[in-house]
Amino acid sequence: MDILNLLIQGTLLGGLYALFAAGLALMFGVMRFINIAHGDFIVVSAYLLLVAVLTLGLHPLVGIALVTGLMAGAGYLGQRVLLNRVLDEDILPPVLVTFGLSIILQNALMEGFSADSQRVPAGGFDTASLSLGSEIAIGLLPLSMFLAAIGVLGVLHWIFFHTHLGRLLRATADDAAIVPLMGASNAHTFALATGIASAVVAIAGTMLAMKTNFDPTIGPSRLLFAFEAVIIGGLGNIWGVLAGGIILGVAQAIGAQIDAGFQILAGHIAFLVVLALRPRGLFAKS
Amino acid sequence: MADATVPLTKSGFDPAALATRAAIIVAVGVLATAPFWASRADLRMLMEALSFLALAQMWNLLAGYTGLISVGQQAYVGLGGYLFFALAMFAGIPVLWAIPLAAGVAALIAVPVGWLAFRLQGAYFAIGTWVIAEVFRLLAAQFPALGGGSGISLPVALAKSIAQTRGGRETVMYYVAFGIALLSVAGVWLLLRSRWGLALTAIRDSEPAAASLGVDVRRVKFMVYIATAAGTALTGAFIFLQKLRITPEAAFSVTEWSAFVIFIVVIGGLGTIEGPILGVILFFALRDLAADWGTWYLIGLGTIAIAVMLIDRRGIWGALRARGVPEIFATRRVLK
Amino acid sequence: MTKLLEARGLTAFYGDFQALFGIDLSVDIGETLAIIGANGAGKSTFLRTITGLRPARGQDIRFDGKQIAGLAPEHIHRMGLSMVPEGRRLFPSLSVEDNLLIGASGGRTGQWTLDEVLKLFPALTERRHHGGAELSGGQQQMVAIGRALMSNPKLLLCDEISLGLAPKVVREIYAAIPLIRERGTALVVIEQDIQQALKVADRVYCFQEGRVTLSGTPSDLSLAQIKQAYFGTEVA
Repeated sequence: MDILNLLIQGTLLGGLYALFAAGLALMFGVMRFINIAHGDFIVVSAYLLLVAVLTLGLHPLVGIALVTGLMAGAGYLGQRVLLNRVLDEDILPPVLVTFGLSIILQNALMEGFSADSQRVPAGGFDTASLSLGSEIAIGLLPLSMFLAAIGVLGVLHWIFFHTHLGRLLRATADDAAIVPLMGASNAHTFALATGIASAVVAIAGTMLAMKTNFDPTIGPSRLLFAFEAVIIGGLGNIWGVLAGGIILGVAQAIGAQIDAGFQILAGHIAFLVVLALRPRGLFAKS
Repeated sequence: MADATVPLTKSGFDPAALATRAAIIVAVGVLATAPFWASRADLRMLMEALSFLALAQMWNLLAGYTGLISVGQQAYVGLGGYLFFALAMFAGIPVLWAIPLAAGVAALIAVPVGWLAFRLQGAYFAIGTWVIAEVFRLLAAQFPALGGGSGISLPVALAKSIAQTRGGRETVMYYVAFGIALLSVAGVWLLLRSRWGLALTAIRDSEPAAASLGVDVRRVKFMVYIATAAGTALTGAFIFLQKLRITPEAAFSVTEWSAFVIFIVVIGGLGTIEGPILGVILFFALRDLAADWGTWYLIGLGTIAIAVMLIDRRGIWGALRARGVPEIFATRRVLK
Repeated sequence: MTKLLEARGLTAFYGDFQALFGIDLSVDIGETLAIIGANGAGKSTFLRTITGLRPARGQDIRFDGKQIAGLAPEHIHRMGLSMVPEGRRLFPSLSVEDNLLIGASGGRTGQWTLDEVLKLFPALTERRHHGGAELSGGQQQMVAIGRALMSNPKLLLCDEISLGLAPKVVREIYAAIPLIRERGTALVVIEQDIQQALKVADRVYCFQEGRVTLSGTPSDLSLAQIKQAYFGTEVA
């Protein structure tokens, strides 16, 4: 029963990691761009929800919608105003600019909210659970988060394969240089990609805020989880990201069972094993 | 583009070359005599600056010449530190010998680690190295003998084995730092002027072109990765000798050993030897100025790094070079 | 004025290397123009400059009566200037249909629709859900031309559309050109095959080392003139 429980908890956690990873994978796929501040944007979203719920007194769901819209807009603008200017063959400028952003965000959050650990109350929902038999209880919050994660990935899949924007994003991922000859602006497409990725980041960050304690410094480790889920799952595959997230989540759950200090390490080791054996990921496309 | 070999010995009178040579000699001379004129606080600051200079030269060698952007060199700072503590405390190696030995062992460890990291390219390599550094940090906390998560101090007896008096210890440690920094600058310079330097410069300018000239790009990059791991671990060993205490958080700090080092190199000027030197001077001047700013100092530093990328990604030295300031460390064999 | 495209004194540089030395060229409405010349004569650079893929700020390029030098390529495209790039450059992860539809991203509507393009190249109909990489070279070229037509251009630029294709396939593709012309679209065809160029074009420009060395209607030009303009040497 213990094993089953671990698998369930790890899988549910994996849904959140898949959301962390989806935004990162989207941006890398479309513009070969890795946002080092990705995890910090997740944390910023968590703080925004904190403000929306605790300061403005909004319902968490309203707060999530608000933060998602805000982050999507900020992502679009940030890409157009800042990040598009450093995108080219050379990978150093985008890495450095987002590394700089990461340091700025962490310290700005520290300045604004102090280093104290925070959590957004989900109104009793966070403690409710569904019991299956005598030994297994599934928390309603983790379960609904997992379902929401699948829903978000489903929407991304729909955008990618059933809309003109998705066609444009796939074309840009293939060969951005000639997309302007199709009448579409790269600057706009890149910004739309970042806008969508930021909306996903916001959903992930707000879930994180209700699920666990957070403080300004936890961004980088969320970046690493996202990155690991992407690599484990394999590039160019939306559902691979979910598989990658679940494998990472299960590995961490098993690690935590062995020793509390082993949780994160076990996830990293799972990633390194995949990297050693299947560097293109488990479910890479072609 | 005209091919011209920079003569190793200059014939004829060149005032600019003479002046830069004189400036180097004066600077080295001033630093070499620091224990005789600097206050205790200044000496500590200089030791720290020299350590950062060595780290910056190593990161610059890796990123500026082979294009390998690592955000995980703190892995080797911490590894050097922990190996140094382990060798000195448990293997009974004399303290000053334990420093280079730690670097050597770190280089050996870097071989399988590099093999793994090299399976990732570009920005993925950058984050992959960071994951590896995190693995090192979490593993370090799993060794109770090395203090686990709360860290360990170097026994007083070991510190005293360097020299009996505090002043004597600080003088010896200063010269270790001075030697490491000198080694990093001279080592990179000599490497770039050697046969390897040609390959590195070719790789920096264009990887496909270098490969078409018969350079084994992957092998050269790997060798440079191992060499910078050793140099970084050497510096890390010294840094924690100076601190006399090591914890996983301090040893594998991404802010301290990656963010600061990268900002130093990039603000100063990537792909040049002068850039990191200029960067270290600016970094410590700014730190002195902003001592009371707290988090705003870090926000400012991040902003400056972003500004450099937006305004002139060659950094301050690169911008100065473009405005006609002569090179101090001539490494180029081909004049553009 | 019936000039659709007019470039005056066009220059282009790659670093210190000058690729174009003052090109004067014009295209009339509905006209088909061929540009011939050896490799490195500057033909592709010329097209890349016209389309905005290469920086052209401060130059003099008029399209449909408006100055387009320095505009972004997507803006120029939306004004009705479309290009079939050298090497076809299909999007490999998109199906044939998606490759065609993406050509309409600029929002220009008109006679050319997905159905019309598939009628022009019937071979594509049964492969419309296949990936671009699964097609033969000729079919890929058809997709590339169809993709450019989807924006209903006033002027269609074709860069080396016969390159690497068997003569039979080239004939098949060139058979589509009269059908495109007939809808009022002007064309500029870059071609290394001189015979093919003379057959299809109303007027011919010959480029050599970044300069126009000859221009005129096919009937006005002798083969000797063309050879000299092409290779730059006196032909006995």
